[in-house]
Amino acid sequence: MAVQTVASTTPADDSGEAPFGPAAALSCRECGTRYPLSPVFACQECFGPLEVAYDLPLGDPEGLRRRIEAGPANIWRYAPLLPVPADVTGKQNLNPGWTKLVKADNLARELGITGGLYVKDDSGNPTHSFKDRVVAIALEAARTFGLTTLSCSSTGNLAGAVGAAAARAGFRSCVFIPHDLEQGKVVMAAVYGGELVAIEGSYDDVNRFCSELIGDPIGEGWGFVNVNLRPYYGEGSKTLAYEIAEQLGWRLPDNLVIPIASGSQLTKIDKGLQELIKLGLVEDKPYKIYGAQAEGCSPVSAAYKAGHDVVRPVKPDTIAKSLAIGNPADGPYVLDIARRTGGAVEDVDDEQIVDAIKLLARTEGIFAETAGGVTVGVLRKLIETGQLDPAAETVVLNTGDGLKTLDAVSETTGPTATIRPTVAAFREAGLA
Amino acid sequence: MSASVRIPTILRTYTGGQAEVQADGATLAAVIESLEKNHAGISARVLDEAGKLRRFVNVYVNDDDVRFSEGLATAVPDGASVSIIPAVAGG
Repeated sequence: MAVQTVASTTPADDSGEAPFGPAAALSCRECGTRYPLSPVFACQECFGPLEVAYDLPLGDPEGLRRRIEAGPANIWRYAPLLPVPADVTGKQNLNPGWTKLVKADNLARELGITGGLYVKDDSGNPTHSFKDRVVAIALEAARTFGLTTLSCSSTGNLAGAVGAAAARAGFRSCVFIPHDLEQGKVVMAAVYGGELVAIEGSYDDVNRFCSELIGDPIGEGWGFVNVNLRPYYGEGSKTLAYEIAEQLGWRLPDNLVIPIASGSQLTKIDKGLQELIKLGLVEDKPYKIYGAQAEGCSPVSAAYKAGHDVVRPVKPDTIAKSLAIGNPADGPYVLDIARRTGGAVEDVDDEQIVDAIKLLARTEGIFAETAGGVTVGVLRKLIETGQLDPAAETVVLNTGDGLKTLDAVSETTGPTATIRPTVAAFREAGLA
Repeated sequence: MSASVRIPTILRTYTGGQAEVQADGATLAAVIESLEKNHAGISARVLDEAGKLRRFVNVYVNDDDVRFSEGLATAVPDGASVSIIPAVAGG
């Protein structure tokens, strides 16, 4: 199909500055049709996903690096590479990012990794998951488009991130979750005072509902961060790639292990790494991207292992609810990236997830939510099965805080002993 | 056999802005053929060059994702509700 551009205009703000910074247009990832920057998400020609295309600041990597390094300790240090205005730091936003890259020597020793291991710990974001990154970008797009209600379909973390960002920015929020989420995530989504609606169904049912709501007059003026603002929202995940490279001293690791829910995060991290190479901010070298799923919701892993390039949806059944998307929108692209980079897609069962949560906590003092258990568990499995080279440098993502998914470990963790407050009792319990 | 088809925003240029239209057919393939008769051009948006559902289109017949059943051969009972939805949301 010939690449075409659908005519319209891109909004300009009152100052005359580009409200989307270096972003030039939306482009269909399937057929290349270009659209003006607007709150649309699917291609009119082929239904393919739209993503932000840029006029990147090429030609002066040293100057760009200095500008980034002089920026704030949050994602806005990368504003020259994001669809946001240059004065974004002056807006009411949660300012997420610049989370710790933890050198995980103890975990590396346990897993037999000799090439170096890092945990990118995104539990340090304002609402304790990586979702603050994507919501921050979507919020700025909503502001530019004049939308007044911030919304989403969510497996929990996103609902909290949207509720908090909306509260901070003075937007109304109305978020939708499956009815059976973990208590911690429900509370974290509700506490910010917006509307929280539990839907009787799975995440995929919630997602479908939101897709239909946006086509209804009710949805006018609404910014569904992961539906009609999805092209902008997704770009927030690129900042994980930028931070990892910058925190490593402006270089790329050999391997990255990334969780897969919809697959958006993994595809955008790859996009971010490619941009860094193109901009000359890092040396061009090979890297491998590994995707991690829970066995109870592993449609991408199943497709990878079967050699397929399409993903057959499944009905999720796993404790890793933040990854429980049975019909992952970006699944086909995850397969492309894993194969292109020489990585893989693997899955672990619920018991392995819990073991991995405890392993990370015990070795590095990081309490991950179930998604972090999935990535660490998959990392262990990749090494055991010879799919990941332990002599190579690896970064594994923890995308959320274990306090949100206490249920996953509460049955198998607790006091070592309950005793009377005496030294004798302590001794009798065999703890002296 | 008549079904009620919910049309996503990006296809409403083919239905004169209507969010819901009627179509005939005992299977999803027949329903799409019927849609094409009354709203020329819509079929090529939903189906690829090989006549298969495009990979970023989700279609539901009475709340069931047709990828869990028979795809284009999925039966569409009289009075059924068919929803066509872009698959690129969520996550």
